[in-house]
Amino acid sequence: MRRFATLFEALDRTASTAAKRDAMAAYFAEARPEDAAWAVYVLGGGKLKRTATSTELRLALAAETGYADWLIDESYQHVGDLAETVALMLPESEAAEGDTPLHVWMEARLPSLSRLESAERVEILREWWRPLPREQVFLVNKLLTGSLRVGVSHRLVVQALAQWAALPSDLMAHRLSGTWKPSAAAFLALAEPERADEHAGERPYPFFLASPLEQEVTALGAVDEWLAEWKWDGIRAQLMRRAGGAVLWSRGEERLDGRFPEIELAAIDLPEGCVVDGEILAWMLDEDHPLPFAALQKRIGKLKPGAKLLADTPVRLMTYDLLEWEGQDLRERPLVERRAQLAALIEGRGPTLMLSPSVATPTWDALAAVRGESRERRTEGLMLKKLDSPYRVGRKRGDWWKWKVDPYTVDAVLLYAQPGHGRRSGLFTDYTFGVWDGEKLVPVAKAYSGLDDSEIGRLDRWIRAHTIERFGPVRSVEPTHVFELAFEAIQASGRHKAGVAVRFPRILRWRTDLSIHDADKLDDLRRLASG
Amino acid sequence: MDSDLLLPRPEGLYCPAGDFFIDPMQPVARAVVTHAHGDHARSGSGLYHVAAAGEGLMRERLGAASVVHAHDWREAFDLGDTRVSFHPSGHILGAAQIRIEGCGKVAVVSGDYKRDPDPTCAPFEPVPCDVFVTESTFGLPIYRWPSMRQVVDEILGWVDECAARGVAAVLFCYALGKAQRLLAELATRSERAVHLHGAMLRLVALYREAGVHMLPTVPVSESARGKDFAGELVMAPPSAAGSPWMRRFGKASTGFASGWMQVRGARRRRGYDRGFVVSDHADWPGLLRSVADCGAKRIYVTHGDGEVLIRHLREHGREAFPLRSLGGQMPDLRSSEEGD
Repeated sequence: MRRFATLFEALDRTASTAAKRDAMAAYFAEARPEDAAWAVYVLGGGKLKRTATSTELRLALAAETGYADWLIDESYQHVGDLAETVALMLPESEAAEGDTPLHVWMEARLPSLSRLESAERVEILREWWRPLPREQVFLVNKLLTGSLRVGVSHRLVVQALAQWAALPSDLMAHRLSGTWKPSAAAFLALAEPERADEHAGERPYPFFLASPLEQEVTALGAVDEWLAEWKWDGIRAQLMRRAGGAVLWSRGEERLDGRFPEIELAAIDLPEGCVVDGEILAWMLDEDHPLPFAALQKRIGKLKPGAKLLADTPVRLMTYDLLEWEGQDLRERPLVERRAQLAALIEGRGPTLMLSPSVATPTWDALAAVRGESRERRTEGLMLKKLDSPYRVGRKRGDWWKWKVDPYTVDAVLLYAQPGHGRRSGLFTDYTFGVWDGEKLVPVAKAYSGLDDSEIGRLDRWIRAHTIERFGPVRSVEPTHVFELAFEAIQASGRHKAGVAVRFPRILRWRTDLSIHDADKLDDLRRLASG
Repeated sequence: MDSDLLLPRPEGLYCPAGDFFIDPMQPVARAVVTHAHGDHARSGSGLYHVAAAGEGLMRERLGAASVVHAHDWREAFDLGDTRVSFHPSGHILGAAQIRIEGCGKVAVVSGDYKRDPDPTCAPFEPVPCDVFVTESTFGLPIYRWPSMRQVVDEILGWVDECAARGVAAVLFCYALGKAQRLLAELATRSERAVHLHGAMLRLVALYREAGVHMLPTVPVSESARGKDFAGELVMAPPSAAGSPWMRRFGKASTGFASGWMQVRGARRRRGYDRGFVVSDHADWPGLLRSVADCGAKRIYVTHGDGEVLIRHLREHGREAFPLRSLGGQMPDLRSSEEGD
């Protein structure tokens, strides 16, 4: 664990991706493979099944320090991270005992908690903490309660592994995708020379991700070199039809077995040896457009959807790329060829497997006009894909662009604030905004991002000085400040007090030029939601 | 009522019985000033009483035209119906607690203070009193300062790393107090000269005049154009971060020395490469210890979110209140991000 703690510190201290990659590569070369395997797992965003609750951590902390619960809560509100709060509040450890390796923590110690009663867990936590230096207390708590989050993406871990093993990073991504299980053997296998049949088996291909179009669309060159499609608002997925069955993978490289049985069923009709890339959408039979994303959300969490849910919210796979055909990897073939093969495969198969229609591209202007229909079609805009492009790995700019429609905007009043987490801990950065419902301001959106650091600091000071009431960490403030919020979609909602729910709200601007009476009205939002 | 000795007013904390202000933010007739930081020492008042140990810094801050009466530690003098004396607070050179005796009781306004050793100033002296006014800049139990030896180890290790990578190590810290304390602590372990930002030069010189032993220093402005600062330690105030002044160092690693660096979120938010936990304010154990040491019956808390400290003291059987509960009003100048 000590070596891993040193790595964590090195990663935490630098903002440079090159320095982070070097630090990880050095660690992979030095650490014992059984520990390095777990480092790959947790740095890549993997976590253990949670075996202790935050309440148990608090209880153990209170027992160990004698601090009152409210004092622990106040400290936690200030720090914004329970794992760190514990590390900062515990007395300094007296003696550094021998080093418990990372894999022992991950394979034996942390999972063992699940076999204990809650009170026993609290006692064990205290025993574990006592001899540990502060940085290891923090890490153990982090591993116990969630992911590490140290500014390292899965991709960067892949690059560091590739650097350590001296192999191409797309091969490394492929080796790591799917259900990679950390072990010494699995870790050492990552560094083995490339085999001829690498892409066989059950692992999905790494997804190719589009980048947002930031320049003028005309800068992309000749319009006839591009394929335009709608940008669907669903779950990105890869459908693999191989001998023995069909497997659906999410972009998070998670197997979706059993969650979308209608797609798995339809996939059995596909010939063996093909892999399709597409988007899972909730879509009623005989409808022209998909259901809003919120409908799909009802399906996302359900491991085994019941008959009623399947009937009320059926799903489809909107396919848009073919990565493998007759057992051959097609990713290096140009898109135009893959798409023709995909069309031949999918067309006429019925509603559950659809071919993402191409949008005619006579001119950029015509395309821009069609993009205006995106919302009516329940899409997020257009996708532009270079017709001669291969299917790449990860977010490589240049061949795939997402050209989203402009967001909706609303002028809303700051009503509540609470302290943020992580980088923004101790500052009031989580805001709730409201609009006018008659004479009253009702909350309609929460937003966390969009202000720069100086604005955040200014607003933080203002909030502290103009608090009306405190509800735990939340403070209500005098309605004074108006912000322009952007959001992607809006729909009626019975769960929200205002009767509407907005998707991806964020702050565009602090409207210091507006008074609260200039803020928008709830009726206007309701109209958008019903339109 | 304690407001006969201490009454918050818009200009600052007023002592009605003695007819003087403590650390006034606006010009007043008679000021008693705890220490030379800008949020305590402001020019324009008719007359200043200060501790002799901080006289040089005070004159620098208040301007040569100001009328300054300097008093030795513990030397009592009369102001109105009170007797006043200065006692070391351990915050920076010359920083004082103010003891006020009058109306049949003793009040101590501790100003900013710390309990950790500091080679640049006299250590905090517990002063028995009935009423104690304490700061609570770091009034949460998560704030416990590491030993200075450990911090110096970290700073020297970082400078070594920077040398190995061929970059400058630019350490940001408060120009008055923190910079000199670090220079004095580093002098026990190193002999290498430190490069200073212009805003620190005069203050470092004043500390030297007061007899504080520190590492040799060189003004950055006196280095030749194009000088290679690789592996050198540079000290600058936080305001220099991200300014054009930084360009001369090319690629540099940046560090920040402050009590706020205790929390990971604050470290990451500031965007410095390294955070070093060193503060001239009392940490949580230091606050509690000082309250206990002075034996006061009533504690008044100023600065920042004092509510936590107040509630904690009350639960432990002490009468504690926010300073503003004495009536009147006083602007709270601190936000969570200022001071260190």
